[in-house]
Amino acid sequence: MASKRANEELPVIARFEVRRRNYLAPDGSIDRPLPAFAADARLLVELYRSMVLLRLFDRKAVALQRTGRLGTYAVSLGQEAVSVGIASAMREDDVLLPSYRDNGALLWRGVKPEEILLFWGGDERGNHFSGPRHDFPFCVPVGSQAPHAAGVAYALKLRKEPRVAVCLFGDGATSKGDVYEAMNFAGVHKLPLVFVATNNQWAISVPLRLQTGAETLAQKAIAAGFSGEQVDGSDVVAMRAAAEEAIAAARDGKGPHFIEAVTYRLGDHTTSDDASRYRSADAVQAHWKEEPVARLRSYLVGRKMWTKADEEQLAAECHERIEAAVERYLKTPPRRAETMFDNLYAELPEAYAEQRRELAGEDDA
Amino acid sequence: MPEVTLVEAINLALGRAMADDPDVVVLGEDVGVNGGVFRATVGLQERFGPERVLDTPLAELLISGLCVGMAAQGLKPVGEIQFMGFIYPCLDQLVNHASRMRNRTQGRLTCPMVLRTPHGAGIRAPEHHSESTEAMLAHIPGLRVVMPSSPERAYGLLLAAIRDPDPVVFLEPTRLYRAAKGEVDDNGEALPLDLAFILREGRDVTLISWGAMLKETMAAADALADEGIAAEVIDLATLKPYDENTVLGSVAKTGRCVIVHEAAHTGGFGGEIAALIAERGLSSLLAPVTRVTGYDTVIPMARLEQRYMPSVGRIVTAARKACQYN
Repeated sequence: MASKRANEELPVIARFEVRRRNYLAPDGSIDRPLPAFAADARLLVELYRSMVLLRLFDRKAVALQRTGRLGTYAVSLGQEAVSVGIASAMREDDVLLPSYRDNGALLWRGVKPEEILLFWGGDERGNHFSGPRHDFPFCVPVGSQAPHAAGVAYALKLRKEPRVAVCLFGDGATSKGDVYEAMNFAGVHKLPLVFVATNNQWAISVPLRLQTGAETLAQKAIAAGFSGEQVDGSDVVAMRAAAEEAIAAARDGKGPHFIEAVTYRLGDHTTSDDASRYRSADAVQAHWKEEPVARLRSYLVGRKMWTKADEEQLAAECHERIEAAVERYLKTPPRRAETMFDNLYAELPEAYAEQRRELAGEDDA
Repeated sequence: MPEVTLVEAINLALGRAMADDPDVVVLGEDVGVNGGVFRATVGLQERFGPERVLDTPLAELLISGLCVGMAAQGLKPVGEIQFMGFIYPCLDQLVNHASRMRNRTQGRLTCPMVLRTPHGAGIRAPEHHSESTEAMLAHIPGLRVVMPSSPERAYGLLLAAIRDPDPVVFLEPTRLYRAAKGEVDDNGEALPLDLAFILREGRDVTLISWGAMLKETMAAADALADEGIAAEVIDLATLKPYDENTVLGSVAKTGRCVIVHEAAHTGGFGGEIAALIAERGLSSLLAPVTRVTGYDTVIPMARLEQRYMPSVGRIVTAARKACQYN
């Protein structure tokens, strides 16, 4: 067609590219030379231990939910490398803005397991956690924490503090304006902000192909004026490396970055979901060979950094830690009802004092 | 003391708050170089720089979400939404985050932010520029909703809103931006939130309103005085939480009450006040509480907007009827 030929004669004014990062193959062998930090066996073992803790913690949480002792809960099965890898690259004074499936990041940053259980058990005190006090609580309305991350990063930049905001969300969130508005603003102001999209292929029952027509989620960063990359989200070495580079660059004033962590949600969306309604067991089974825990274990065992005895000891340690946390959680009595008015405002307005008294009176009667 | 318009009083308060506290930042569409479409932020960027007075991308959800993030980090953001008709993308942030950050984190993170927006009709603006949906906001626990009706109260209440440790939606009566003039002493003194103002004392009937409708309500009180009816006029000023005691105290004195608001009738904030009086002031009532409000229809565009809004005549008629009831 004449018109098409004419278009081809027009000059190209911009070209973009998206790269994909991975180091460990699914079988634990090395696809390309590992980043410098991987020379530190202790760090790799720490990453491994954290992923195992998360997996066992999730398993316990589901057991609690099934026996009526916990509310709805979202497991990280298959995507443990994302939250753990990202959090491991953050400094304590960086600011985490997690979604509801990022327990691994909270645990790494020092939030106590019993505090996480308290939250999913329906108690706001779980958000009054002992991890970094400036971190945000889980965000439940999908993607709505992204504009907060931009606000946090703007505040950090305004005060010239060498700190970085890290915002985690899922593939579904990238369909929301919230995320794009935040990315757009981060691009304008070159904010110290790292966006991490855990692309686990599913937003409850909706597969990625119905979520976007884009080839990658990472390329969405290009429209916002900064770089994006795709990372093997089941390779914790790749996750850590991508996060480390992005956070260092952001801290250095080089602006935001977008990490698309490509992984797979092996479990149900939450304990309230039944994934067999929308995907076959065979399709899920195929992804088990990529999962992050076995992958890093294969690498560590192959390098003689990890033994069967270590594994047994770790399982025992995790069991002990989790059981102790569960006990503390279950022993925590509910708050008095009238405390629902506390922390509503800095000081409860006179207009609502009577309602609080009424509620308190019911308990005292 | 210099006489200023209501929008100039807003500008004075913003300048004072920014000068007093380096944590105060102003953000919104066109608030920087342009000084805001109503000039509420004029001169601020020159004084405080583009980092503290920033022109945001054209994205209202973003403006409210940025405020939440900034506030949780200890800044005191003052966001501007250009017209109330464009505030709706912010509702998710106001309901799910700003109003409950303190409560859901049990005080670990807080949200000392202000979201300012022009409120109401009457300036022959284009479609979607004349909203008065304050009742929707006043329904959100954890939020404060404030609406001044004079330059003096605009100055004092905005300072209070900015200094308040919790989120405040600050609704500015568009129609009064330039029409209302008054003396304002730029002395940095705030007025109390959560308290109503008695603008005129009277023993026969209580007229309650807020924002721009106080203009018609005060005119109605003048007209009633000519008929020998002494109307007490209350500017509610803070709708959430509102000053129940002043309302009940006035009705106990007059026994008659007319509530005036520009917003649509059904589900309007007037219903809340009428319910309060029914619950706690029934014994002092000498006549049914009535409401003079906008109609239950879409706010019409410029040619009919004056017919939509409560007129002085409608208020006078309602008050007269209340006084004649027995």
